[in-house]
Amino acid sequence: MTVAPAANGLAPSAPQTGEAEHVSASACPACLAAPSAEALAKSGDLRGARIMLSLPTAHCAVCITDVERELSRQPGVRSARVNLTLKRVSIDAEPGVEAAPLVAALDGIGYEAYELDPGLLSATETDKRGRDLLMRIGVAGFAMMNIMLLSISVWSGAEDATRDMFHWISAAIALPTVVFAGQPFFASAWAGLRHGRVNMDVPISLALILASSISLYETAHHGHQAYFDAAVMLSFFLLVGRYLDYRTRAVARSAAEELAALEVPRATVLRDGAEVVVPVGELVPGDIIRVRPGGRIPADGTVTEGTSETDRSLLTGESLPVYAGPGVTLSAGEVNLTGPLTLRVTAAGKDSSLHRMADLVATAESAKTKYTSLAERAARAYSPLVHTLAFSSFLIWLWITGGDVRHAINIAAAVLIITCPCALGLAVPAVVTAASGRLFRKGLLIKDGTALERLAEVDTVVFDKTGTLTMGAPTPENLFDLTPAQFAIAAALAGASSHPLATALAAAAQARGIVPAALDDLREVPGYGVEGRLDGAILRLGRADWVGAEAGSVTATHLRIGAEAPVTLRFADSLRPGAEAAVTALLAQKKRVLLVSGDVEGAVAALARRLGIAEWHSGARPEEKAALVAEMTGAGARVLMVGDGLNDTAALASAHVSISPASALDAARTASDIVLLGQDLAPVADAVRISVQARRRIKQNFALSGLYNVVAVPIALVGLATPLAAALAMSASSITVSLNSLRLK
Amino acid sequence: MSVLTYLIPISLFLGGFGLVAFFWTLRTRQYEDPKGDSERILSDEYDDHPKG
Repeated sequence: MTVAPAANGLAPSAPQTGEAEHVSASACPACLAAPSAEALAKSGDLRGARIMLSLPTAHCAVCITDVERELSRQPGVRSARVNLTLKRVSIDAEPGVEAAPLVAALDGIGYEAYELDPGLLSATETDKRGRDLLMRIGVAGFAMMNIMLLSISVWSGAEDATRDMFHWISAAIALPTVVFAGQPFFASAWAGLRHGRVNMDVPISLALILASSISLYETAHHGHQAYFDAAVMLSFFLLVGRYLDYRTRAVARSAAEELAALEVPRATVLRDGAEVVVPVGELVPGDIIRVRPGGRIPADGTVTEGTSETDRSLLTGESLPVYAGPGVTLSAGEVNLTGPLTLRVTAAGKDSSLHRMADLVATAESAKTKYTSLAERAARAYSPLVHTLAFSSFLIWLWITGGDVRHAINIAAAVLIITCPCALGLAVPAVVTAASGRLFRKGLLIKDGTALERLAEVDTVVFDKTGTLTMGAPTPENLFDLTPAQFAIAAALAGASSHPLATALAAAAQARGIVPAALDDLREVPGYGVEGRLDGAILRLGRADWVGAEAGSVTATHLRIGAEAPVTLRFADSLRPGAEAAVTALLAQKKRVLLVSGDVEGAVAALARRLGIAEWHSGARPEEKAALVAEMTGAGARVLMVGDGLNDTAALASAHVSISPASALDAARTASDIVLLGQDLAPVADAVRISVQARRRIKQNFALSGLYNVVAVPIALVGLATPLAAALAMSASSITVSLNSLRLK
Repeated sequence: MSVLTYLIPISLFLGGFGLVAFFWTLRTRQYEDPKGDSERILSDEYDDHPKG
């Protein structure tokens, strides 16, 4: 009887809802389609474009609001969020929104912006590790403070039931904390032991476990001393060291990733007569690609159409542009200078010459003996010593007391805690954090953790020429050979081209107030030069063979006016700012400085003399550079290689430590330990000085923590170490070491 | 000493409260842009809720 009304109540309503659905569907078929289309659009939205832009000039509150407001005004942009710490803006946009108009919009309101490849920024993974470490530090800090409060009352004389209660509360806080906060140490110690190595985390883990369990045992048996505070404090200080270490690496990694992400590699492919822009990775042999003047050639190929000149200084180090015309083979990485080129791809991606060079790097890196850092050396000496000390004190006390295991274990635990590598765990990360922060402000990015230590040992410095000591941008040398009339004509011809030599000449003319002559029929002949007419005479500025001049061994362009004898204009590469200062400072530091270049003898010798470098090698091929570095290393030298080109990559990898400018090819930056972010080369000498200082600080820190142990260990060995003494020694040594690291200038 | 039965739980609760607050700041990613956050407070653009 109770079911029937309910069934009755339901029965009439069911057809009604069915009808309602039916009616709505039939009345407006589009309404039914619309929600699904909306849902489709929404799911597409989720995959919408996430665009990352680098904002090197953003620095203030106004910048944030300006950039975010301007970007949200752009069509298709849903939201934009500036991260001022990383100087980046991440944009959530609808699918199909391109980065180029957004960059242009920001440029319009006065902010430089560069597109970043979001795929190369693996921020989330590292963020998670950092947050994880921070959380453990927070837990350890909370536990440390509470247990310390309880311990102080025990030290100041709490007795019997009160002391037991305080110990039990401490245990309740400390045990879960040690289990949670100690995980990074336990995991690393276990990983080390499984591979048969005793690393620094083994004594740490042992001290944590032994201190916790002995304190628990003592508490249960109404003992006087418990080391809960020491165990928790140990994990807190060590976690701080770990976090500093992690931060330094994360900052370096994120900056290095940003440099790589700045080059979004794309190529223009001709498909069915239309130009399509595709990622370089999708190119296959046989594709026809277009390369605009000023563009980098994305894959190895043969020219099918067009003439131009290419700059292959990043590949070979030669500063002279090379002719490119139909049938000429070009390699990936060359820069097209004057005319548009059409290429048939012969090798792309992994088979291209760029990647074959990467194999050379891999070989050089595998040949490099693994560097043992100061911390590893300290751990190797420290771990066995501590274990022997603790174990022998256990045996000796067992013998003295005639079999009192509890007392002997107590002493052994006290020894382990007193010798805690707190200060050792902070000694290296604190110094490295301080030093790399200082160098970062000077424009040097330390990519590798041990790079600073290796840099401190350097006694020989090898420089590459083109792009490293020089800017790779030419300046005219012998303008005094030109009469004012010739100069005016040369300026007019040069103004018609975007070739680097022509732009340099035009800029020089403008700087001297030369008014370009008025010429007729001005036209650029890609790959050869510029031609014009004045009063019926043919005027040419360009390559030697085209103009009818003698080709020389230095970078030059040639001017011919009608039937007159051609004039040769020589160019020298302009020095990178700070190059002179860096070389002088390194020589003053009594380092052996060498110049090794793939360029011709004349240019290399001139630069070496100008900078006061006594030793130079010219015409060096990539293998020869690497061999030279290897040979010097074999003779006992510690080589610092500074280079930017692909031809330096193998040498960079085989050197003891290496630096490359940010303008270098990605491969060179990857192979080097330190990246120079600015234009100026002067910080290189500073870096060597700071690294020597940092190494000294690290050693001082080791000595300081060693000193604490020398004082405290005998006290622990004779059985006089109280938890109070352990707490004092531990915090005092950690604080001293941190303060000493901050003294770095 | 009976006052301890109140004081210890209270101090533990307060400490624990701080710890939970710290977890919350971590969870809501408040340490990702310390420089930007310190500048954002100077912005004169009024907002009811922080931008995502």
